Amino acid sequence: MSVFQIKETPKSYDVCIVGSGAGGGMAAYVLAQAGIKTVLLEAGPLYDPAKNVTQLKWPWESPRRGSSSPHRHFGDFDAAYGGWELEGEPYTHKDGTQFDWFRARMVGGRTNHWGRISLRFGPNDFKRKNIDGLGDNWPISYDDVAPYYDRVDQLIGVFGSKEGIFNEPDGIFLPPPKPRLHELFIKEGAKKLDIPVIPSRLSILTRPLPDNKDRGACFFCAQCNRGCTVYGDFSSSSVLVKPALQSGNVDVIPNAMVREVITDNSGNATGVSFVNKDDLQEYTVNARIVVLAASACESARILLNSKSSQHPNGLANESGVVGKYLHDSTGADMGGILPHLVGRKRYNEDGVGGMHVYTPWWLDNAKLDFPRGYHIEYWGGMGMPGYGFGSGIQYTNGKYPGRDGKMKPAGGYGASLKDDYRYFYGATFGMSGRGEAVAREDNYCEIDPNTVDKYGIPVLRFHYKWSDYEVKQAKHMKETFKQIIESAGGVVTWGHTDTAANQYGLAAPGRIIHEVGTTRMGDDPRRSVVNRYNQAHTCKNLFIVDGGPFVSQADKNPTWTILALSMRATEYMIDEMKKQNL
Amino acid sequence: MDRRKYLKTLAVGSVGAGLLIQSCETEKPQTQQAAVTHTIDRTPAEIAREEKLRAETFFNEHEMATIAVLVDIIIPKDDVSGSATDAGVPDFIEFIVKDKPELKTPVRGGLRWLDVQCMKRYNKSFVDCNAEQRIEMIDEIAFPELAKPEMQQGVAFFNTMRDLTATGFFTSKIGIEDLGYVGNRPNQWDGVPQEVLDQYGLQYDERTLAESVKFDT
Repeated sequence: MSVFQIKETPKSYDVCIVGSGAGGGMAAYVLAQAGIKTVLLEAGPLYDPAKNVTQLKWPWESPRRGSSSPHRHFGDFDAAYGGWELEGEPYTHKDGTQFDWFRARMVGGRTNHWGRISLRFGPNDFKRKNIDGLGDNWPISYDDVAPYYDRVDQLIGVFGSKEGIFNEPDGIFLPPPKPRLHELFIKEGAKKLDIPVIPSRLSILTRPLPDNKDRGACFFCAQCNRGCTVYGDFSSSSVLVKPALQSGNVDVIPNAMVREVITDNSGNATGVSFVNKDDLQEYTVNARIVVLAASACESARILLNSKSSQHPNGLANESGVVGKYLHDSTGADMGGILPHLVGRKRYNEDGVGGMHVYTPWWLDNAKLDFPRGYHIEYWGGMGMPGYGFGSGIQYTNGKYPGRDGKMKPAGGYGASLKDDYRYFYGATFGMSGRGEAVAREDNYCEIDPNTVDKYGIPVLRFHYKWSDYEVKQAKHMKETFKQIIESAGGVVTWGHTDTAANQYGLAAPGRIIHEVGTTRMGDDPRRSVVNRYNQAHTCKNLFIVDGGPFVSQADKNPTWTILALSMRATEYMIDEMKKQNL
Repeated sequence: MDRRKYLKTLAVGSVGAGLLIQSCETEKPQTQQAAVTHTIDRTPAEIAREEKLRAETFFNEHEMATIAVLVDIIIPKDDVSGSATDAGVPDFIEFIVKDKPELKTPVRGGLRWLDVQCMKRYNKSFVDCNAEQRIEMIDEIAFPELAKPEMQQGVAFFNTMRDLTATGFFTSKIGIEDLGYVGNRPNQWDGVPQEVLDQYGLQYDERTLAESVKFDT
C-alpha cells in the first residue's frame, strides 16, 4: 500500500459547506432545519465559547497579561485563534503593495471575536453607481434583502433604536443599553457640531431572545471578543453551528484544509478534496452541491486552485473576475483625554462588549471631495486593565495638574507616580472611523505561481492600493475626530500628527478585516462570478456565501449582510433542489 | 431561572451551566499534562510555547536583583497597596521579555548602562549603592523633559521600566484592587449612577430613558 493515498469520506452528502463563519454557519443552520444532509468542513479545531473559556478571567491569569501572542494576535483572552500570519500558511504581495490578511482557523471563524456591530446595508448601498458613477450597482436592492435582515434580526438578536434614517434601515431591535459617561460627553460634543450620535446596533442580547432557550441574556462584562459562555452574543459557533449539529443533519469535520473543489466532465462540482491537519492524510468528500464560505479571499483561492479541463482558469472563473474587486473597509483613529474625568468616581461601567453609541454616516458626498462615507465607533472609560496599562504616562502626567492641583515634571517614579495612574484612569477615550472604499478591478488576490503552503496548496498573492478617494476620506475622518474630541471638552493626545505622507493614518488594506468582493455578484456572467442568488454563473451546483459576492462594501460592517444573503441563497438552493433543478 | 438567581449563579462561577445544552461534539483532544495549570482556554500550540518559555531563564541573579530594586522605586508600597515586588512584577518582567524578544536587549542593555553609570559615579553597581545614591541616579533619568542629553539612553530605559512596572502592577490582583476596577463580573448595566450624572451636570434625555433596556429591580 502506498503511503500517500487519497481517502474517500465514506458518507455522501447533499451539501458540502467549506467554512463555518457567518456565511457557512448560516448555510449549515438553514440546511439543518430543512433536514438536508450536510457536511461542514472547517480548517481549524472545534470551538465552543462555553467550553473554551476566557470570559470573566483576570489579567493575571495570562502570564503576558492579555497581550498578543503568535497564536492569538488580538490578545491572550481573545476568542480568535490565529491572526495576520499563520505558521506554515504564508501569503505574498505584488509590486510592493500591502494587504494584511487575518485568518481565524476555528469553528465560527472570525465571528468569535468580532465587534458584533450589526448594520444593515441601506437602499443607497446597493446602488452606489447610480449615485456617484463609480464601481457597479448590486443586481439586487435593499427590498430584496430586507425580509432576510428581518429574519436574521429575530433569529440572532440585535439591539438598537428606531431612527428612521433612510440609508440606515431600522431593524427588529432589542432595547439598547444606556450610554456610558464618556459617551454622554461625546454625544453632547457631537451635537454641537450637528453630528448624530445614536445607540449602537450590536448583536448582543440585552434581553432574553424570545422563543430561544439555548441562549442566556447579556450580563454586561464587555467581553464579547472573548466569546460568551451563555451565548449572550452572536457567534456562528454558538448560535448557528451548534444547533445545526444538534439537528443530526449536519456533520462537522474540523481541521480540514480544503485544497480544491472537484468537478466532473460536465464541469459540475462533485465534492471537495482536503487535507486533514491532524493526520495529514488526503481526503475527498462527495456532495451534490458545494457551498464556499471560507472567507472572501480563501474562497477565491480555492476556486483559482480548482483548475480542470472544463474550468482552465479555475472554477467559476470564465469571466476572469475571481479574486478581483477585493476591498476592505477604511480605518483611521484618534484618541484623547477628557480632563474633567480625572480622579473620577469608580463604578462598574463595563456594559456590553463594545460601544453603546455610534455615528452613522451623516453627510452628502456630493458636497465633499471623496465619494463614499464612513461611520464612527467610540471607546473609552474604566475598562479592565490589561497589557499596556499605564504605558506612556510621561505624555500625560506632565501636562495636567495632579490630584494636589499642582503641575509637576512628566514621568517620575514613586508614590506620586503611583497615584497618577489612579488619577488618570478612565479619563482617556477615542474613536475610529470605518469607511467604504471603492471596489476596483486592480485590487485583487491571485495565485502566487511560485509559492505553496505547508500542505502544498498554492497560496494567494495580493495586489492592493488605496486610491485618492480613500485617502481624502481618511483626512476628513481625522479633521472630524479632532473637532469631536475638542467639542466634547477633550484634548487630543494621539492620532493627530498624520499627514498626506502617511495617507492620514489610513489603516493598511486588510486591517479592518472586512475583506469582500472577490467573487462578486452580477447579472452579466462576463463581469461577475455569481448570480443574484450567490450561485456561480458557470457551475450551477456551486454557491458562495461569504463576503466574496459583495459588489460594494458600504460604510457598514459586512456580517449582517453576509448572514442575510447566506440565508437567502440557501433557501433558494433548497427550493431549486425541491424543483429538481439541482 | 429568575434573573437575579441567574446572575448569582454566574457570579459563583458555574457559568450558566443550566442554560447550556451539552454539546454533541467530542472534546478537544487533550494534550499531555501541562506543567503549568492554565485557567484560560489554551490551544495545544499555546501550551507548547508557554512551556518552552517557562523552561528558559533570561535574567541572571544580579539582573533580577536590580529589577526588583527598580520596580519598587517606580511603584513603592503606600497607604493604599503593596509594592511592585509584592505584586510579582519582577517575575512578570522575566516572562514578558522572553515572550516579546524585542524587549530583551533594551532591558538587559539598560540594566548594564545603569550599572556602568553607577560605577563611574559611586564605584559600585546600582544595587550596591545606598538608597540616597540610587535615587540620585534615578533622578537623572526619570524625568524625560528635564534629563541631560547624555542621559537619553537612560531615559529610554527608564521609560521602558516604568511602562513594564505599571502594566505588571496594575494587571495584578493587588493593582486592580488598588485601581478600584470593579467590573469583570455579571451585573446589569443601568446607566451612569445618578450621583455621577449630578457631579457632571448631566442627565439622560427622555428618549434615551424610554428606549433603553430596563431591568427588574
